[in-house]
Amino acid sequence: MLQSVLLILGLAALAPWVHRLAGRWSARLYASVGAGLFAYFASLAPRVYASEPIAQRWEWIEALHVAISFRLDGLALVFAFLVTGVGALILLYAGAYMKDHPRVGAFFASLLLFMASMLGLVLADNVVTLFIFWELTSVSSFLLIGFDRQREGARRAAMQALLVTGLGGMALLGGLAMLATAAGSWELHEIAASGGAIRAHALFLPAFALVALGAFTKSAQFPFHFWLPNAMEAPTPVSAYLHSSTMVKAGVYLLARLHPALGGNDVWFHTLTWVGAATFVVGGLLATRETAMKRILAYTTVASLGALVMMLGVGTQAALVAMSAFLVAHALYKGALFLIAGAVDHEAGEKYVDRLGGLRRAMPLTAACAAIAALSMAGVPPTLGFIAKETILEGVAHDTLGWTLLALATLGSTLTVAAAAIVGLRPFFGRPRETPRTAHDPGPEMLAGPFILAALGLIGGLMPALFADSIVSATATTVGGAPIEKHLHLWHGFTLALALSAAALVVGAAIALLAARWRRALAPIGALSRFGPERLYGAGLGALNVLAVSLTGVYQNGRLRRYTTVVFVFTGLLVGASLVRLGALSGLTGLDRVYPFDAIVCMAIIAGAIAAICAKGRLGAVAALGIVGYGVTVLYVVYGAPDLALTLVSVETLTVILFVLVLYHLPRFAIYTSRAARVRDMVIAVSFGAVMCLLTLIAADVQFSPTISEWFVENSVPKGKGRNIVNVILVDFRALDTMGEITVLGVAAIGVHALLKLKPAAASDGGDES
Amino acid sequence: MNSIILRTTTRLMLPLLLLFSVLLLLLGHNQPGGGFAGGLLAAAAYALYGMAHDAGAARKLLRVPPGMLIAGGLGIALLSGLVGAIMGREVFLSAWTEVNLPLIGHAKLGTPMLFDLGVYFTVVGVTLAMIFALREE
Repeated sequence: MLQSVLLILGLAALAPWVHRLAGRWSARLYASVGAGLFAYFASLAPRVYASEPIAQRWEWIEALHVAISFRLDGLALVFAFLVTGVGALILLYAGAYMKDHPRVGAFFASLLLFMASMLGLVLADNVVTLFIFWELTSVSSFLLIGFDRQREGARRAAMQALLVTGLGGMALLGGLAMLATAAGSWELHEIAASGGAIRAHALFLPAFALVALGAFTKSAQFPFHFWLPNAMEAPTPVSAYLHSSTMVKAGVYLLARLHPALGGNDVWFHTLTWVGAATFVVGGLLATRETAMKRILAYTTVASLGALVMMLGVGTQAALVAMSAFLVAHALYKGALFLIAGAVDHEAGEKYVDRLGGLRRAMPLTAACAAIAALSMAGVPPTLGFIAKETILEGVAHDTLGWTLLALATLGSTLTVAAAAIVGLRPFFGRPRETPRTAHDPGPEMLAGPFILAALGLIGGLMPALFADSIVSATATTVGGAPIEKHLHLWHGFTLALALSAAALVVGAAIALLAARWRRALAPIGALSRFGPERLYGAGLGALNVLAVSLTGVYQNGRLRRYTTVVFVFTGLLVGASLVRLGALSGLTGLDRVYPFDAIVCMAIIAGAIAAICAKGRLGAVAALGIVGYGVTVLYVVYGAPDLALTLVSVETLTVILFVLVLYHLPRFAIYTSRAARVRDMVIAVSFGAVMCLLTLIAADVQFSPTISEWFVENSVPKGKGRNIVNVILVDFRALDTMGEITVLGVAAIGVHALLKLKPAAASDGGDES
Repeated sequence: MNSIILRTTTRLMLPLLLLFSVLLLLLGHNQPGGGFAGGLLAAAAYALYGMAHDAGAARKLLRVPPGMLIAGGLGIALLSGLVGAIMGREVFLSAWTEVNLPLIGHAKLGTPMLFDLGVYFTVVGVTLAMIFALREE
């Protein structure tokens, strides 16, 4: 399993070169790799369906409980099928769709990076591994939404998606860490198995809230749904793959994965059910308002994700079966419809449904696929979509909640029917309309995806025993935490669900027929959205920018004096307060041991410092500072630190050289500050000096662990092979620290270079210089 | 600064100072010295030369740009740390070997010495980058 993730990652890294070598064949190569992985997972299916999860594990950072552990169970498998199977079709499609784009190599690199991350996400068993892949999907989604980086809309949508899902990701990290603490394990299958302990734990509520926030943002639940329609700025293969079939389901996946641990209580039930139901209805309502094909599909995806979350919230066996069935059905029909929308845009040059009609003559094969997919979406027998919708309505109807939820689910279904007809049927039937380009069916590469996905939706409905039964049962078993065996049927008899389904079909069809009038009727929603969550997002972002600008302006005003003041005041306050709090002031000892020679040197140092302050010219101040430096050097020599003395002498010498060089450029020496400012600076300087002095005195007395210095002394020769302990510590025992220090030196040199060599004029055109 | 005495002196002193800085570097493991002190001394030598002659002269004498010295020094230091990892042990764990060299005789060579060399080059590069930048201002 790890190998499959690594294989795709390797392909992603090589994608630009593969494209240069193989040209149009590169996409076919990727697609065949995806298909091969699909076959690989299919070959593992019998073992998984015999409820024998396949696990792999490599230790990574043991001290932090981080392992690269993968676990393939029913839930992971259905997602692995979606990622590799739908992925293969989309890669093939994208090869033809993107063929004229100048950055095809970069596109496939990002797309394959996403594919690997998503596969890793659904296979991961370790919490940290899961989180890393989770964030990687957000990052690759960001890259793909903003792929047309010249367009501002694409960039803004990419940033929005990243910020919303990234915020959720942070919450998720906290939630997962709490869960792991409560469960006492960082492996998801063990967390899932210790539901009782977690629900009784004090961290249950915060953990649940944070995990739910992460899942809701990722899966575009109301009120975080707004980023998903905007993500339609991405090229269509991306929308079909990330933003309908796979990535947006990551939140649903996580909730399903944690259902055994967090589910089965009121908090879970009420949060998920109502958020899901609200999303279901709001998504449907907003979908029927739109006219752009992809945006309609995006809002129906929001609605479908809501339905999935709602079923997870209800959590009964019937509901989990419905969730699993709908998951599969939705991926099939929505993927197909997105690809068809892309094909229509590509071949007819039109993306608005109200300007399309009668395309079935020009694009007969596309129209056939669209019709089948739309029927599955609308839940018309004999498609898999019909079965899924029946199970949803049954799952809700059987619940004790009564009519409210059932009414909401029926409403959501009705709106889905309307959207399906608007986006999947109306462009192809009715009166033919002029299109910007002469429409024709796309080539086989772009037709394969819609055809196979739509056909599977039909076959799954006609013969559920062929693949749907086992997939749905295994998924529901994992989510439920107990064996669930379910055989799906097209015909359930005359039930309430069937009646509601029929009603939804009729009303939905009516809405679709009167789409223009319906949109006008819904116009007030547009006015309402001015107070919507997207508005809130924009205001929040704006406020954050204002805050950042004003805050940065305060402490980075470009004056060295201000910087030093801020650093001194903060450090002095923090250190001083800690010293007082720890009562360190009373513990000073050894102040009576003063040797005459030391005293003389120290007097010289103090005199040098005072002379530097009072100096009437810069050169005098530099010379006085030299006294301070060389005085300290003498102290080092006296106390047996020749290394430090040697280094300090060099530093002092070089400092004088640097000063001389700087002095040359400085304006005439004068006092620029007011008397009050100088008094203030003096207070700050003296207090800071006093704090540092105290700290030094105390530090000399504190021995955290006497064994450390003894260890250095004892091991310097045998282990470090050197008699100069300071040097051995620097280059061997503490080499990593030294590495950090010299890196800082390098960065500082770059900073000096930037300050002196890059003039403002040069900086404005990108900072290039020769 | 146009002084023929200084120019002549620095021309003679530069090799001596550089030699001394290398000595500090090599002996640093057992006696006072090391990459930091050696590097600073070498930088001071070049800075002195640069003050006696014009700014470009020291740069020309150095042959490599200071930035390359920084990058190279950091690279050497990092590489010495990776030796441990490549040998399948921990990063920055030292490795030593003993060789018999002609003229010098028996010597211990180890990754910490390589690391110190990296420190030396980095310090020379950083100091000279700053001094040259200021000098040419």
